Amino acid sequence: MKCLATAIAFAGLLLVTTQASSAQTLAAVKERGQLICGANGTLAGFGIPDPQGNWTGFDVDFCRAIAAAIFNDPGKVKFVPLTAKDRFTALQSGEVDVLSRNTTWTLSRDTSLGLDFPAVTFYDGQGFMVHKALKVNSALELDDATICVQQGTTTELNLADYFRSHRMSLKSVTFATGDEALKAYESGRCDSYTTDASGLYGERLQLADPGQSIVLPEIISKEPLSPVVRQDDNQWTDIVRWTHFAMVDAEELGVNKGNVDEKRKSDDPEAKRLLGGEGQYGEALGLSNEWAYRILKHVGNYGESFERNLGQGSPLKIARGLNALWTKGGLQYAPPIR
Amino acid sequence: MPIESPTPPQKHVRHRGLRFGLLAVQTVLFVVICVLIYGVALNVAQNLLRAHIASGFGFWNNTAGFDISQTLIVYSASTSTFGRAFWVGLLNTLLVAGLGIVFATVIGFLIGLGRLSRNWLVARLSTGYVEVIRNVPLLLQLLFWYNAVLKTLPDLRGSLRLPGGAILNNRGLFLPRPEFGTPFAAALIAFLAAVAATIVLRLWARQRFELTGKPVHVASPTLCLLIGFPLIAVAVTGVPLRFSELHLSRFNVSGGVDILPEFAALVLALSIYTAAFIAEVVRAGVLAVERGQVEAAQSLGLRPSATLRLVVVPQAMQVIVPPLTSQYLNLLKNSSLAVAIGYPDLVQVFAGSVLNITGQAVEVIAVTMAVYLAISLFTSLLMNLYARSVMIVDH
Repeated sequence: MKCLATAIAFAGLLLVTTQASSAQTLAAVKERGQLICGANGTLAGFGIPDPQGNWTGFDVDFCRAIAAAIFNDPGKVKFVPLTAKDRFTALQSGEVDVLSRNTTWTLSRDTSLGLDFPAVTFYDGQGFMVHKALKVNSALELDDATICVQQGTTTELNLADYFRSHRMSLKSVTFATGDEALKAYESGRCDSYTTDASGLYGERLQLADPGQSIVLPEIISKEPLSPVVRQDDNQWTDIVRWTHFAMVDAEELGVNKGNVDEKRKSDDPEAKRLLGGEGQYGEALGLSNEWAYRILKHVGNYGESFERNLGQGSPLKIARGLNALWTKGGLQYAPPIR
Repeated sequence: MPIESPTPPQKHVRHRGLRFGLLAVQTVLFVVICVLIYGVALNVAQNLLRAHIASGFGFWNNTAGFDISQTLIVYSASTSTFGRAFWVGLLNTLLVAGLGIVFATVIGFLIGLGRLSRNWLVARLSTGYVEVIRNVPLLLQLLFWYNAVLKTLPDLRGSLRLPGGAILNNRGLFLPRPEFGTPFAAALIAFLAAVAATIVLRLWARQRFELTGKPVHVASPTLCLLIGFPLIAVAVTGVPLRFSELHLSRFNVSGGVDILPEFAALVLALSIYTAAFIAEVVRAGVLAVERGQVEAAQSLGLRPSATLRLVVVPQAMQVIVPPLTSQYLNLLKNSSLAVAIGYPDLVQVFAGSVLNITGQAVEVIAVTMAVYLAISLFTSLLMNLYARSVMIVDH
């Protein structure tokens, strides 16, 4: 009889639906003392632990920027490696606070998953990598080729679309992770490997013989990569969005990691507003007024993060291209901080 | 002395009270479980709603948009729906599981009986096989076979041309596709007639054996019938089957049916792994038959092979079939490891691609679990019916 009573009490407890207080992600992060960031784990240049176990990459630096804005310490982040298959479930269930994992912003993901995409940090597109020995110079010559692809990505869908619209037949072999797909490509199981063009350069470096593969010139889709957050917390979405915009605005103003201290003391009104000398913009976000100063001091501006992880300061050597500032012909354009 | 029996009425009352008490407890427990399940379901639905995650099965009829490398039914990335992709994955799983079960049973019986053989080498080899294969995780064995299969096969440029027009390379085994011509109906009817004649022949042979005691050999007449009838039909009406030609294009072989290396590796790994367990089950069943049966058979003058076939194995089957069912169900569930090598089975296609594209984890996983449960229940139902038929009932 006693165990029966506990069983009934337990059932009653389950019926009391626990409110996952999702409108307070910032409060939860502050209380925890650490930001939990969903990252890739295997993509060079974007999110990968180095041989000593420290996480490096463009997406990783973005999470460090958020942590710097909140805690004034870019080290207060825990990185959770996620595959393309479980990344959204991890974010939806609350396992991670923000997903910074080269994720493409699409309508169906924005609406039916209960997620939001605050800002595009990297404008990318899908490309192909083929074995040099095949003597293929264009993606249009890939009729009837076998292509390795990672499942659960927009890559899979774009591939089928591209081949259909060009009336080419396709044989695709899908794998759960990019690593397995790349290994199958390397072993000769596939003629070509497809993913975002930025990823191709990184993955090519991981091959045993990078010189035997070439990246084809065609970019067959738009892949705006953005960090992802849950839909029901506007304050958190704003924080993530304006972290990115602060980094872009800083590059536009010429503020970088090296000169941020002297820029703080300067008379330039835009720099003052950015770095907390004027206005209560940080507090409006729920952070301290020094939020942007902290980001720039610990991580740097957008251009610095790009060059360090993806550009000339890295083995990938990807050109700014579409990711240059709007003043230089690219697409990175941040609203003003005022 | 009057015989009094005062206890029966009281015992009767106590019985009724006890039964009522048990019934009450069971009812309350049932209600508690229902409440628990309802509470969990309600919680899930409310959380999904609050997080603005789409729910329901509306996605079933949306266009899939992704390609699948092996499809037993017609499927196209641009026009087929997610529901269609589900059926493709399910058929692939059933194909792999079916073939795996057949091969595993054959290999398992051979190895199991081999372990009991009096030939020292055969017995040791079988023991070694069982001990090694049983103790290495299936995933590792699968990856081993996948890499072994892929590494030994030549690439496209060095394709092996096999007799019969087949081509073998690391993209798969390409077989010419049979194209059925008009005389096919005649050949098919002839074959079916041969099968019917074979059944009649075997029934007659069995009756003859039971009447006279002399065994009638039906092996060669059966073979003659099965091959002869269709051959006569072909000779009369013309060749019913034509095979397509395979072309080696720049990237691939076209014009035929291809068997993927992933498929071959999966069937191989599943069969070999499960055969080790089935071998032990078979050995246990054979050892469970009384020694007296074997001695009686020997005293009748039966040779060891006949003893095994006619006396031991039929009696061993009633011990073998229940654990054999478990091994078949294990094989079915282990086929979901196809995810590791990229074979498009149900889990890879539905709980992988479809789940990630639609984002509806709850519905997709629930359907996948329900499907595996249904297939497993059906398999164990069939096996239980078979078990009942091999059960030796003591009169």
